[in-house]
Amino acid sequence: MNIATLIFYVLGFVVQASALTVAVSKNLVRSIFMFFVTLFALAGLYVYALADFVAVTQIVVYVGGVLVLMLFAFMLSNREVLNNLQERNSRFFSIQKVPAILVAVLFLLILVNAIIKADVDNMAWIKISAQNNNVIQPADNMVPNMGVNLMTRYLLPFEAVSILLMMALIGAAHLARKEEHKFQ
Amino acid sequence: MITLTNFLLIGAGLFAIGIYMVLAKRNAIQVLIGIEFILNAAILNLVAFGKYDKLYNSGQTFALFAIVLAGAAAAVALAIILNVYKQYKTIDPNKVEKLKD
Repeated sequence: MNIATLIFYVLGFVVQASALTVAVSKNLVRSIFMFFVTLFALAGLYVYALADFVAVTQIVVYVGGVLVLMLFAFMLSNREVLNNLQERNSRFFSIQKVPAILVAVLFLLILVNAIIKADVDNMAWIKISAQNNNVIQPADNMVPNMGVNLMTRYLLPFEAVSILLMMALIGAAHLARKEEHKFQ
Repeated sequence: MITLTNFLLIGAGLFAIGIYMVLAKRNAIQVLIGIEFILNAAILNLVAFGKYDKLYNSGQTFALFAIVLAGAAAAVALAIILNVYKQYKTIDPNKVEKLKD
């Protein structure tokens, strides 16, 4: 086992462990900061899948955008949001959560079973892709190719996403504005 | 050797944790974090398979689209959560049960 494989397993473990910490943590702010750790470790895993541009985008959009937005949403909203989160889950938490744990564990078993049965490393199109030298190598620079593809082959989804982003921007600004008479 | 199966197994674990958070959490912001976990598991799978498409980069391109959509969804969801708090004084999804008051 060389050092790269070791780092990969460490990153995978960090993803799982920090996601579990987020899931079981009672303190909301702590779970958000552990969410940071999960996202950074996931960006590292994207680098291992040779998708460095996606990794950088993950850090910029999630850590720079979504998490700061979540933190601001607390701090700008009422302080009671933070308070009434923490008092509630003091007792009987395990009994109420048994169905959710059951569903999640069963889903995990089904997924793991399906992944192992599918034997993805020996699938036909992956073999063909490896034969045709169509696999990204670690030394390749994929960013120019991605830019060209984004502007030619994937132009329609690109434009659709741009329109949807503008709709989301207008919608979020409309929802978050301060106007009292809207709710009466 | 890092194989595709390793990526998919990590994604499966993340997906299960996201499902648990969406079902069990009694706080809309933590439910939102669970949805982000599910989206990230999907993005991890896209990126892992995208390694085998050097010519068109389909996996990585759609991973980018998914990241952008997740960001937009988080912004709208947080705005909705703030509005729900303004009206109901709670963000427990179990207590928000009226469409109109």
